[in-house]
Amino acid sequence: MIQVRQISKNYKNVQALKELSFEVQAGEIFGIIGPDGAGKTSLFRILATLLLADSGSARVANLDVVQDYKKIRSRIGYMPGRFSLYQDLSVIENLELFATVFNTSVKENYDLIKDIYCQIEPFKDRKAGKLSGGMKQKLALSCALIHKPTVLFLDEPTTGVDPVSRKEFWDMLRKLKQQGITILVSTPYMDEASLCDRIALIQNGQFLHIDSPQNMVKQFPKPLYAMETIENYKWLNTLKNDARIASVYICGEKLHLTFKADPALHLPDLVPVAPTIEDCFIHLMQYN
Amino acid sequence: MGKTQQFSAFIKKEFRHIFRDRRSMLILLGMPIIQIILFGFAITTEVKNAQVAVFDPSNDIATQRIIHRLHASEYFHIAYYPNHPEDINQLFQEGKIQLAILFNDHFDQRLKHTGDASVQLLADATDPNQASIMVGYASNILAAFQQEWMQECRIPLQIIPEIRMLYNPQMKGAYNFVPGVMGLILMLICAMMTSIAIVREKETGTMEVLLASPIKPGYVIFSKVIPYFSLSVVNLITILLLSVFVLGVPVSGSLFWLVIVSFLFITVALSLGILISTIVRTQVAAMLISGMALMMPVMLLSGMIFPVENMPLILQGLSHIVPAKWFILAVKKLMIEGLALRFVLKEFAILALMALLLITVSLKKFKVRLS
Repeated sequence: MIQVRQISKNYKNVQALKELSFEVQAGEIFGIIGPDGAGKTSLFRILATLLLADSGSARVANLDVVQDYKKIRSRIGYMPGRFSLYQDLSVIENLELFATVFNTSVKENYDLIKDIYCQIEPFKDRKAGKLSGGMKQKLALSCALIHKPTVLFLDEPTTGVDPVSRKEFWDMLRKLKQQGITILVSTPYMDEASLCDRIALIQNGQFLHIDSPQNMVKQFPKPLYAMETIENYKWLNTLKNDARIASVYICGEKLHLTFKADPALHLPDLVPVAPTIEDCFIHLMQYN
Repeated sequence: MGKTQQFSAFIKKEFRHIFRDRRSMLILLGMPIIQIILFGFAITTEVKNAQVAVFDPSNDIATQRIIHRLHASEYFHIAYYPNHPEDINQLFQEGKIQLAILFNDHFDQRLKHTGDASVQLLADATDPNQASIMVGYASNILAAFQQEWMQECRIPLQIIPEIRMLYNPQMKGAYNFVPGVMGLILMLICAMMTSIAIVREKETGTMEVLLASPIKPGYVIFSKVIPYFSLSVVNLITILLLSVFVLGVPVSGSLFWLVIVSFLFITVALSLGILISTIVRTQVAAMLISGMALMMPVMLLSGMIFPVENMPLILQGLSHIVPAKWFILAVKKLMIEGLALRFVLKEFAILALMALLLITVSLKKFKVRLS
């Protein structure tokens, strides 16, 4: 459904994207995982026909993003990272406007957005600017879905959204996938990565790795240990200089460690843990 | 779902944006009223109740009649009758009078026998405009008196240089300001507000969503133009009503062509606004550019406040590219001088050319992608 070949993009002095290539299958939830400034938004804008890449080519729904941009625009749903609806229009006015933009009506595609929209429908006369973060995202998603797009681009849809709304949001994406919509989603939250079918880890405009989250975790090369201490930073600094330790970093409230040879050190409360995507990301970052 | 439906949905949306922003609405509709009243009454060069001193050593029938006439006019208030001409100096220095009228002695006799009597007019010229206007008024009164006197006595008298002011015999300040304020307000609302409205969509990111949709960018732009066009028409009506009924400036020429030339000017201003919106990224920048690049030239180079003829050649040349200058010229001719259409064809042509050029350039500059 999406084919990207050797896409590069430069801004004045910064190389935002460096020869990225990947493919997304139809009906897949593909996650682009990486920190802020990694190039996620640039990639989304190129695929949504809003930016021109400096080199390389990309196809969305089997259409070229440069030549066929007009056709693509009627087939995709795009939700930018920032809330980009009319804050002074009410919920229903926004929805109706976007339905008109895509030459359809709210009634016609109500089924598709029903699950999402019914949650904000009680507030349909409220101004969009007065909604909570989670509700804003639901409205934005409804607006992006109103024309039943074949591909959905969601640029950091859950940034700044509370944990409950985030979970609900991902449940909705699962349902949309069942309807056959291909979803490209980016997020800075590593815990959301496991909810995608496949993910690409991105750092400084380059992909570190592309795989399913399960495989990625399986491929973590070394046993991983966690250590719970009161003084994480003190331990971090001591252990960093220890030659027997391959890597040590803070993950949540714990220290995560890998050793060059299996646990050669006697450390308090050292327990083996299963690696997460975050561990993979940090490992790949160091490896590169 | 037709294209017209899309278009009308967008126009509806634009009107909602405008009507829901109460403060801006109030400014948009209140501004012409305030400006007209400000320019018409407060910032006026018109002379009213100027304090006058009269030195009249002859005190005869002729001088009495002149003084009587001065008294009767609403421009002058004769406050002092000094006994010595030297006292007048002091009155000026103390700021008690703005004008002094000095007759020579035996005024009536000299007038009748030699036909040569003199009157001296002294004006406080710290405000040169004010002074020349006062002298003008006074000379008019003297001239009128002389006319009357000649008819009564059938004696040829020395003719005091007659000052004749075309179109604006009373030199009413409002006459000059009305076309200027029209140019200023229409330019401000059309160019500034449209550019801000378009740039706002860029700034809030809604333009990004719209660009990623199948809607034609032209629709988005032109749907913004229509509400501001109608607002400008409301303002145009307000200004015309105020100037006719409050300031007493008549529409001497054809109202129809006055409205047509205003529509033409509104079109120029709207396309300027669109052009600005394609250049800048933020609302603040749009406001600054419209403020600096549009407001200032309208105020300074259009002949609204300062006469263009007195400017250095470079500025005179610059003033030619200020659309408001041509609009103000046309309005002056049509509204105040009451000239026929054929006298404003040049202004019409220039404004039409400007509109065409600006629309072409802004359509060329409009991007279908971000940045």
